[in-house]
Amino acid sequence: MAPLAAPDRITPGVEDVIEDAKRHGNAGTGEHSMVLNMGPQHPSTHGVLRVVLELDGEIVIALAPDIGYLHTGIEKTCEAKFYQQVVPLTDRIDYLSPMTNNLAYCLAVEKLLGLEIPERAQLLRVLLNEITRIQSHLVWLGTHAMDIGALTMFLYCWREREAILRIFEAVSGQRMMTSYFRIGGLALEPPMGFFETVQEFLDAMPAHIDEYEGLLTGNPIWMGRLKGVGYLSAADAIALGVTGPPLRASGVDWDLRRDMPYSGYEKFKFDVPVSTGGDVWARYEVRMLEMRESVKICKQAMAMLVGKTGPIVADAPKIVLPNREQMKTQMEALIHHFKIVTEGFAVPAGEVYQAVESPRGEMGYYVVSDGTAKPYRVHMRNPSFATLQALETMCKGRLLADVVAVIGSIDIVLGEIDR
Amino acid sequence: MYDPASALLGKAAVFETMAENPAVVALAELATDAKFDRNELTITVARENIVAACEAVKAAGYNFFEDVTAVDWFPQEPRFQLSYHIVSHGLKERVRLRVLLDSRDASVPSITSAWPSANFYEREVFDLFGIDFPGHPRLTRIMMPENWQGHPLRKDYPVEGYR
Repeated sequence: MAPLAAPDRITPGVEDVIEDAKRHGNAGTGEHSMVLNMGPQHPSTHGVLRVVLELDGEIVIALAPDIGYLHTGIEKTCEAKFYQQVVPLTDRIDYLSPMTNNLAYCLAVEKLLGLEIPERAQLLRVLLNEITRIQSHLVWLGTHAMDIGALTMFLYCWREREAILRIFEAVSGQRMMTSYFRIGGLALEPPMGFFETVQEFLDAMPAHIDEYEGLLTGNPIWMGRLKGVGYLSAADAIALGVTGPPLRASGVDWDLRRDMPYSGYEKFKFDVPVSTGGDVWARYEVRMLEMRESVKICKQAMAMLVGKTGPIVADAPKIVLPNREQMKTQMEALIHHFKIVTEGFAVPAGEVYQAVESPRGEMGYYVVSDGTAKPYRVHMRNPSFATLQALETMCKGRLLADVVAVIGSIDIVLGEIDR
Repeated sequence: MYDPASALLGKAAVFETMAENPAVVALAELATDAKFDRNELTITVARENIVAACEAVKAAGYNFFEDVTAVDWFPQEPRFQLSYHIVSHGLKERVRLRVLLDSRDASVPSITSAWPSANFYEREVFDLFGIDFPGHPRLTRIMMPENWQGHPLRKDYPVEGYR
């Protein structure tokens, strides 16, 4: 291994932590202020986010996020894999919305290839993406409420999330790291009884959202902790690269599903919830409404899917793996299978940027091909990474306790920040 | 399937065919090369003009900075390509600005004056590619430990094993 500069001391003492914290802070430490190190093992930072705060009493003067604790070099790893082998890596970036990551990557490579995806596969992708959004928002709601002190919400949210994870398991065999989408379509036909299970879930979900709102929306503690906290203006949100629900909660009406549609979203009718509040409460409102809209989109997708037949993969035998039946009966299919698995498939040289609306905001994949079977460069533009830059603006001049509410409201996933 | 003949290559071809495109209009002076491939517009500018180019597309309505990243074309020269993605909420269009850098002097002016959101992205490129961004408010490593040596996303940095 490369030589690392030797640390001055092996076990850091209190002075070292303070010294380190000061170096990470934005402003010089004043006479009456103190530096507080929060994380990286703090439960309310949703992973391993370290925040260095400079405080005057309980008021935040300066704040600097320190990230990189989960950096595993996924972008570098992608360069050593065949195009189809990158799909399982994408799940691990934003582990709360695996299908969204799969979709963004597959769409990017399909754009490079110029591949047409059958309508049925597109509808299934949209259906599963919206279910993923509900799932991700449920995790957000449960953990956000728990941070604020409403512990019961977590159990309610996990109850519905379990139903969704069972749906994921039914289609892909995995509860979290689904890797269900493939370049050119989907991995497998959905199993028998899949649509009935989804329909059951969709019918029950609106009542569950009412239930959550019944517990939280009128709750004086909840309102007191959320209203007027973590304000972000529309101009600041745009300047700091904020996307997704926090951007819409600041009054910017921008949703990639509607404004730059992909994967057939233009066929669906849905509203984009926007609030002008700009505070943690507005973000709560926007996400709750988004869950309802996702249920609407899912129901439309179900209506289009039921009774529809057709392939779930594109007609491209050199890119899409043949099914087992074909492989065991047709010479050609066996050859293609062998070639795709051992050599991959060449992708015409070029570069594309494909952005999708993930539950957290704009998730973009920038894929560069040099004409070989391995991507030359894969870069992910992750929503949490950019939104984290706005943390200081939202927390400055507010109480330390509000930092926890604000971190919860931007719904960060450290896996996608650090990659 | 993708047809390479569908791409428009070169400044002349793109600027003639897409003469009304706001980004093309805004960058008529600054562009050195352009392409329109797979429905994506890419405009190359010289590195000293990147801040001016950002201001120009911003004035043309491209209000939201999405992403900047680099591609290492080692051992070719110019070695580094920087890709800036900027989207317009009003026009619902995206433009990619491209800057090519030589390995001997891998630095490009920071665009944090135009979009503060470029801050973390430029730090990431600095950390993983070793490209300098003069004018950046606080250019330090963001992913790797502060005492790390080398820049992992460079092509001469191995994926596994010893360096």
